[in-house]
Amino acid sequence: MAAPQAGPRATRGFRDDTTGARTFEASGGDWSDIAEEAARLGEERIVVNMGPQHPSTHGVLRLMLEIDGETVTEARAGIGYLHTGIEKNMEFRTWTQGVTFCTRMDYLAPLFQETAYCLGVEKLLGITDDVPERATVIRVLMMELNRVSSHLVALATGGNELGATTIMILGFTAREEILKIFELITGLRMNHAYVRPGGVAQDIPPGALDTIREALPLIKHYLRQLEDLMLANPIFKGRLVDVGHLSLAACMALGITGPVLRSTGLPYDVRKATPYCGYETYDFDVPTSTDADSFSRVILRIEECYQSMRIVEQCVERLQAMGPGPVMVADKKVAWPAQLAIGSDGMGNSLDHIREIMGTSMEALIHHFKLVTEGFRVPVGQVYQSVEAPRGELLVHLVSDGGTRPYRAHFRDPSFNNLQAVSMMCEGGQVADVVVAVASLDPVLGGVDR
Amino acid sequence: MSEDKRVDASPVEKDSVTNTSTELAQQQQAPQAPEPAGRQPLDVIDVRTGMFGPADSGDTSGYGGLVREITMPGPSERPYGGWFDEAVDVLAEVLDEQGPGFASAIEKVVVDRDELTIYVVAAHLVQVTRVLRDDQDLRFELSMGVSGVHYPHETGRELHAVYHLVSVTHSRRLRLEVAVPDADPHIPSTVSVYPTNDWHERETWDFFGIVFDGHPALARIEMPDDWPGHPQRKDYPLGGIPVEYKGATVPPPDQRRAYN
Repeated sequence: MAAPQAGPRATRGFRDDTTGARTFEASGGDWSDIAEEAARLGEERIVVNMGPQHPSTHGVLRLMLEIDGETVTEARAGIGYLHTGIEKNMEFRTWTQGVTFCTRMDYLAPLFQETAYCLGVEKLLGITDDVPERATVIRVLMMELNRVSSHLVALATGGNELGATTIMILGFTAREEILKIFELITGLRMNHAYVRPGGVAQDIPPGALDTIREALPLIKHYLRQLEDLMLANPIFKGRLVDVGHLSLAACMALGITGPVLRSTGLPYDVRKATPYCGYETYDFDVPTSTDADSFSRVILRIEECYQSMRIVEQCVERLQAMGPGPVMVADKKVAWPAQLAIGSDGMGNSLDHIREIMGTSMEALIHHFKLVTEGFRVPVGQVYQSVEAPRGELLVHLVSDGGTRPYRAHFRDPSFNNLQAVSMMCEGGQVADVVVAVASLDPVLGGVDR
Repeated sequence: MSEDKRVDASPVEKDSVTNTSTELAQQQQAPQAPEPAGRQPLDVIDVRTGMFGPADSGDTSGYGGLVREITMPGPSERPYGGWFDEAVDVLAEVLDEQGPGFASAIEKVVVDRDELTIYVVAAHLVQVTRVLRDDQDLRFELSMGVSGVHYPHETGRELHAVYHLVSVTHSRRLRLEVAVPDADPHIPSTVSVYPTNDWHERETWDFFGIVFDGHPALARIEMPDDWPGHPQRKDYPLGGIPVEYKGATVPPPDQRRAYN
């Protein structure tokens, strides 16, 4: 292989016989230098691959940009670089084990996949109404904290991609406070597998409510700092205002949901439209804007963080008022047999339970063995369940054939769907605006490729 | 780049689209002849024998001779309950007025677990979705994409495409389901009605091998362009290697003992 040439370089275009299109290769240096070089070689239009390994594409996203000077004439997204077959894998594990798989899809919003999946399984089992109130409140609490942490990453990485590392550091610092809460409650900072069919894996530990109460003002403090850095910053506004425009009609046609849809003025939020987990009993607003640009989406994400924290405060109050109680359905054919303790490895053993099944009750041992290795059976049928994930509507489609494993589990991930808007948001704009537009969609490639 | 991808969407199947689409329509009309007023047969998706565990060892449980048919929920009787009746009535009225007619476009209506599922004949899918999107009393303007399901034991209807639609206007949701035979897996593309289904149909083609006729660029989306087979079909192995742990060998997940 020839040693790479120093400095920017663009090859003269050559015609590809199979497609009839002129193809270029560009490498190294600043984009303006490469564009100049290409112009010097006598051809203006070039096709550039941005990614799949690129710091500004939020992961392994490949953007294929056809460029005329600094203008993007055609933009296409190429995905699939992070496909791990999670949906297929779930068909070979029990219904309970499915949680450990779907939590790994959108790794910034794991609790939404877990909850959507478990709500679906509960609907198939017909035990939706049997899930204890306390478990439902804990689910809402965790999801809303997760929404804040996910939005913080969206704001942080969005800033970082513009070169504003302060925004990134601040966003991740604020997220750290939430990850500490997650670690305290679930034992893990991500990939929790905390929400289980029938309830949650275990109750929140003592002191967790106080920790949350103490963390909320701190997170709000960081959010204020983020607002100061972003909302009146002339450079930031210059990069984001009126960039990545997507109208309401385009959103509906392309199935775009979440903050991007709400930035066009439609207050569509699954939590309000078809409430689940008792969201109709919480007091919160759905912020909207009519600017339909990247800057309005930043404002909406910040506002949604405050709304989520409002819900978190209500959850904390409810849990405090409720007192201790069950967090798993009473049906022992579904509920996990042991209440595990948190060990240094995330989840530890329950010594009391081991003593019972090994020492006193043969039937309990048989039951434990059957439930853990075989799992529970789920009646034949199919269900869907939608939840409002940070990036939009997450729809789970579950099919059961009456067995102990999902026959089919499909996740309509909002990131996957929203990436289709890249062409519409970027074409006709500048190359630099592609980064801003993609950041305002906030795709997470783990969810896109599953 | 993008041109490469389009070329790759197997030309053989694309050619056969035009030849088979008319045959397909005729084939699917045939069983649609209204049955005498009786119960429609249930969709048997699997037949299971015995209890569980390895089939090659002797049956000591006494359950080895057990044979069970696994059937999906069958067609529902009116009233369906809630807004379902009204929506189906409107759909029937518009389809009878404008298009192929309710009886020939809709196979059956299933209400299960408070969810409305409408089974649509493949040839009339685009017409049905257009009515569902445009009629002011239906207004299912938001599509939640396409999900495929493979039922290898449902002879003649092995591949299902499942569409979830949302009406933001009326706060309603429903499911459309289309079943096609594995031997002729063609469904008309709904991209002209719901542009969002573009990638979802590519994904369903990629994973299940359902060909969406009329799709603008039906290329693989998740798997590499030259990947053989469609990974989420039931006859496609999961793969994996045995793992040795503390002296014992753990087989890959698809070869472990299954409980059916």
